[in-house]
Amino acid sequence: MTDTTNSYNMPDERGHFGPYGGLFIAETLIPAVEELDTAYQKHMTDPEFMAELDKDFQYYVGRPSPLYHAERWSHELGGAQIYLKREDLNHTGAHKINNTIGQILLAKRMGKTRIIAETGAGQHGVATATVCARLGLECVVYMGAVDIARQALNVYRMELLGAKVVSVTSGSKTLKDALNEAIRDWVTNVDNTFYIIGTAAGPAPYPAMVRDFQSIIGREARQQCLAQTGKLPDALVACIGGGSNAIGLFHPFINDAEVKMIGVEAAGDGLETGRHAAPLCAGRPGILHGNRTYLMEDDDGGIIETHSISAGLDYPGVGPEHSWLKDIGRAEYVSITDDEAIEGFHALTKMEGIIPALESSHAMAYTLKLAPTMQQDKILIVNLSGRGDKDMHTMAEREGIKI
Amino acid sequence: MSRLATKFAEFKKTGHKALIPFITAGDPSPEFTVPMMHAMVDAGVDIIELGVPFSDPMADGPVIQRASERALEHKMSLRRTLEIVSDFRNSNQDTPVVLMGYANPVEAMGYEDFSQSAQAAGVDGVLTVDLPPEEAYECATLLNAHNIDQIFLLAPNSTNDRIKKMDAVGSGFLYYVSVKGVTGACHLDTSDVQKKLIDIRANTQLPVGIGFGIKDAETAKVIAGLGDAVVVGSVLISKIEANLSAPDIAKQEIIELLKSMRFTMDNQD
Ligand SMILES: Cc1ncc(COP(=O)(O)O)c(C=O)c1O
Repeated sequence: MTDTTNSYNMPDERGHFGPYGGLFIAETLIPAVEELDTAYQKHMTDPEFMAELDKDFQYYVGRPSPLYHAERWSHELGGAQIYLKREDLNHTGAHKINNTIGQILLAKRMGKTRIIAETGAGQHGVATATVCARLGLECVVYMGAVDIARQALNVYRMELLGAKVVSVTSGSKTLKDALNEAIRDWVTNVDNTFYIIGTAAGPAPYPAMVRDFQSIIGREARQQCLAQTGKLPDALVACIGGGSNAIGLFHPFINDAEVKMIGVEAAGDGLETGRHAAPLCAGRPGILHGNRTYLMEDDDGGIIETHSISAGLDYPGVGPEHSWLKDIGRAEYVSITDDEAIEGFHALTKMEGIIPALESSHAMAYTLKLAPTMQQDKILIVNLSGRGDKDMHTMAEREGIKI
Repeated sequence: MSRLATKFAEFKKTGHKALIPFITAGDPSPEFTVPMMHAMVDAGVDIIELGVPFSDPMADGPVIQRASERALEHKMSLRRTLEIVSDFRNSNQDTPVVLMGYANPVEAMGYEDFSQSAQAAGVDGVLTVDLPPEEAYECATLLNAHNIDQIFLLAPNSTNDRIKKMDAVGSGFLYYVSVKGVTGACHLDTSDVQKKLIDIRANTQLPVGIGFGIKDAETAKVIAGLGDAVVVGSVLISKIEANLSAPDIAKQEIIELLKSMRFTMDNQD
């Protein structure tokens, strides 16, 4: 392991995390990301902006979210003490709002009047539609036709909130295609439009900016863990779609070399089948959606269609910082199949009375494997990135139940 | 000097304006492309832009997206696009060929391998939509070492500083995208183009091609009066799309349109 973690200071001024990240976009968008970068650099160090963000976190999102000691589950697994970071209790039911509330504040300061977003599971779309409703801004959400079918509830929520949901029928009709379409919209309407990207990926400064907004998760968790247990956790576990809930939890611990970080990708039907969404575990570096990062691609550099039971993890790329953390060995990346995720889903529901999102269920499933291998005085923080209400139809259908 | 630079130097002397058609390699089928390229040369085009199909063509409108999808169905790839160029070069060593596509297929092949293979195939220029000058240095250096030009896109909102950057890293020509939007957009405003060209000319000596939204001979004529080259794409591909079961008709319609553009471009009042 390279000793870069003592004073971790990524990305560089051009948005690179080692060879990853960067600015791989069409020329028309360059002025837009430069404008965004200027606003982001300026406001993230502006006490007034940060105070407004803190206030919204507290009174609108409902932060801090609890760090909950899952005693019964810990006892049953017989190993590490499991602490759940309860992002499922945030307004709109997932960590996604930490980021949208931050980006919309920037959009407002930049005088943008029209907001666009892409969404997979619909959680980011809902979180975006929510903050737009609150500020009275026009909101257009791009969503793959396949995802619209499996996340109908969230589509309805977005529409109730006043957003226009555009069905994307090109390519694989999932999250990556929704991103393509959002980028096309942005190129066309760049003057008045702010693109709220939903994960820690995309052209610079998005990966660092989304991380910074999501880092509230890890900052709170660190304090809460110290307050509740008197020490730092031994390991962190989070699921990885684009990687925003994971990097949000990990980043404030990055200089604590003794804290292990584990990201859980979606293995779908199994890595060996090729039907999965695990670029860090089974892909290679390439360029997509504005950044260089691990991707799922064929020999010709074409992007492969992904598969996961969870729409929010069904993406062939990953945020560039995770690619870097993997290469330097600071974080470890594992994968969980659809079937294992369902076990994780049921385990948490039965043992703790908390129904997790299918995305988060991947982190729960890995907890089932990891916790028993750790001693009982060890502390494991698992990011419960969202609640499972949106997945009731998927789960019922999978188990042959009509609701 | 590269084949592109030589051509543009000749054109400058005679006042000739280059006509550059864009088609996607392998659309509607791999067999269509090479004969189409030769026929376009016969119709009077000066340079050919070949689109390299990609699974996620973020900067393209629906017409070119669908062309990409049709080509990918036939397993068209960057390597096979190079084979097409190589075939074309068997009987044409004169007309420059520019590849236009996205960064990832090039990245997957590797910059070194790609530069060598592209030179061997007879490629003259490479335009990578999602590789701005900031990220293009390594690729451009390798391409130049193989006598291939790295061509950049300029947008209506590009600042003078950026034009200078592209002038420094790019060669061959600069491609001015005349509208903010994806390919196939249809709101080109010639007076805006005229204004922007003043800035562009003040910051680069490179020839300037203009494209996006040029659909008919009249517009081609006006644009030829402003820039050094006229690029037409989506309108040609629409003809392929409208005649999927009769590619010969598509070919004929493309040729007719290019001939009419050639005629108006050469007969400025
Ligand atoms: C609840 C939940 N967790 C996780 C994710 C995955 O995204 P990320 O990896 O950016 O946290 C999503 C995405 O939709 C989500 O809804």
